[in-house]
Amino acid sequence: MSMPKTVAADPKGVLAGYHFLDGDHALAEGALAAGCRFFAGYPITPSTETAERFAERCPNAGGLFIQMEDEIASIAALIGGAWGGQKVMTVTSGPGFSLMMENIGLAAMTETPLVIANVQRAGPSTGLPTLVAQQDMMQARWGSHGDYRAIALCPDSPQECFDLAIEAFNLSETYRVPTFIMTDETVGHMHEKVVIPPADKIKVVPRNWYQGPKSDYRPYKFTGKDVAPMVKAGDGYRFHVTGLTHDERGYPALTVEQNKKVVTHLIEKIDSNADKIIRLEEKDVDGAEVVVVSYGITSRIVSKAVQDAKAAGIKTGSLRLITIWPFAEKRIRELAGKVKAIVVPEINYGQMVLEVERAAAGKCKVISVNHCGGAVHDPDTILAAIKEGAK
Amino acid sequence: MTYANSDTEFRQDSPMAEFLRMERMPHIWCPGCGIGTVVNAFAEAVKKSGIDMDKLAVVSGIGCTGRVAGYVKLDSFHTTHGRAIPFATGLKLANPELKVVVVSGDGDLFGIGGNHFIHAARRNMDMVVICVNNFTYGMTGGQLTPTTPATAQASTTPYGNYEYPFSLPSLADAAGASYVARWTSLHARNVTQSIREAMNRKGFSFIEVIAPCTTLYARRNRLGDGLNALEYYQGDAEIAHGADTRTVDIDFQGKIKVGKFVDREKPTYLEAVNERYANVLGDEYQLYGKTQPEREEEARREAAARELEAERMRAEDEAMDEQEGA
Repeated sequence: MSMPKTVAADPKGVLAGYHFLDGDHALAEGALAAGCRFFAGYPITPSTETAERFAERCPNAGGLFIQMEDEIASIAALIGGAWGGQKVMTVTSGPGFSLMMENIGLAAMTETPLVIANVQRAGPSTGLPTLVAQQDMMQARWGSHGDYRAIALCPDSPQECFDLAIEAFNLSETYRVPTFIMTDETVGHMHEKVVIPPADKIKVVPRNWYQGPKSDYRPYKFTGKDVAPMVKAGDGYRFHVTGLTHDERGYPALTVEQNKKVVTHLIEKIDSNADKIIRLEEKDVDGAEVVVVSYGITSRIVSKAVQDAKAAGIKTGSLRLITIWPFAEKRIRELAGKVKAIVVPEINYGQMVLEVERAAAGKCKVISVNHCGGAVHDPDTILAAIKEGAK
Repeated sequence: MTYANSDTEFRQDSPMAEFLRMERMPHIWCPGCGIGTVVNAFAEAVKKSGIDMDKLAVVSGIGCTGRVAGYVKLDSFHTTHGRAIPFATGLKLANPELKVVVVSGDGDLFGIGGNHFIHAARRNMDMVVICVNNFTYGMTGGQLTPTTPATAQASTTPYGNYEYPFSLPSLADAAGASYVARWTSLHARNVTQSIREAMNRKGFSFIEVIAPCTTLYARRNRLGDGLNALEYYQGDAEIAHGADTRTVDIDFQGKIKVGKFVDREKPTYLEAVNERYANVLGDEYQLYGKTQPEREEEARREAAARELEAERMRAEDEAMDEQEGA
């Protein structure tokens, strides 16, 4: 599909300048800069600061914050808010993310653009509410029932929380798809320098509003490549939206043939554009014996482990997944043919490593470095895995 | 392009064609079901009120009544089970010029969605919630709902219901709703009048309509057909405007108190938001780009339109009374 036109950000939402912010606050600033003007949320550690920041800042930006009665209500309000014409966002952590799953499916099915940030904490269940984890990565892919695709990004710094919040809105609007920012407690709570550019330097994808005769409007098209433009409630289109399998008009059409059209489209609109969506950060990958694949806060620890491995004489590269879903399987497959081993440290008992193994398809060793959550890795555990991989 | 449900051009000449998506007829509701009566009453209320249908949105949850959103020719949303109210909350707050009406069933609004109902009422969120209360989950085959009267049979209480049911007007009243009314599907004209009244006022309005589920609830409880249900309503419904909502419980096949129970003025959620922010931030506060004078002007226009519609309703009432008196 052709890439959508971007416009400069609305200056009302842009707090241009140099800041010392934590990741949670940077997310709120990114959302405001991206044009988000409606935020419905429910408090949950360690994500609440994003909601608080948005609540404080939004009246001056001409937006609205509402604290809903739970996370289910929050995401339901977002879907309503998106069809009411606003760019919408919420923030949560594991337990709230679990509660949102059914309506994430509604957003996927109705092709509703919205952004959810999950500031991950250690689980399962209430787990370690104030401590870091990366345990919801597969939930971001498979969490709601039925077949669908979503996009997920993963920042490794407060600066990237700001940048990727804008990117998340842009992707969400481009593909009419729920988009997740899968950050974590440590990035959420660490303070670092965050540079917010002036509004005219921030590129924002506006809602793709339908322009044409009212009678010709169809809320959906099932091309598998691009998505139909949108309208908002109140503009006189008298359109219908349902979570049932539907036709181009949005009317229920409960047949196997139509379900094939719809589901194929939901999957293909992301898969066929994966190359455009996926962003990676690679360092010293060419000629490396071992490549460490990581994401989020773990990438920060990997820097130290890679440095130590190089000092020990091992040719080591690193690849950081900025886009988690869709997964960068093509690039991993390529690398697997060139390296001895891929090391995958993550703060869980092995989630994204399953994707790496699938893409590597036995062409190199894949070494998982697990962590139960509650802390980041000791760089030495990653170093040990690199050494093992280089053998 | 052919659609799965495409048929029937001839229905376009129906008097309801302006209001319903005739291309989606026939609807799924059973003979004797009360939901269609409520849809008709809603259509009548919309027509009589002269409300701009382009600014009117309907949100439904899941279930038999949840299908209402699919049939009305308005911006309409068929959402997830129990979540019509928070969806409607987002819709209204994202586009405050909309009039938002939620139409859903007792299981959807008060079982799985009960929490959202009380919070929307507490916030005095600007919306009309119409609950078609047929005492059962119809779509799934006649299970117990939070409103099923004690001792009634349901598929999941095969020996009779032993739970205490919710009295919906009492719940709405206690949670802070601005307007609370109850009718049965026999009282079609009153339902129309209540919906019209509710749409013409601010804040959270709740209208319960007791309606028959002939296929499941009535059959399982050996209550006869749709006509028998209407006869029951005729014999046992008692108009009690202003009744204390603590006294309007419904026993199995017992008396049904109907009428307008609550009608009180208080600031809506958005009015409270606007007032608070305008006080603290002054002219800097511009929700979705609207300045305080613009918002005030809009509020004045809306108040004038409401007054006009209230005047029309009063005049029609008087004419109706005269006609009935003659």
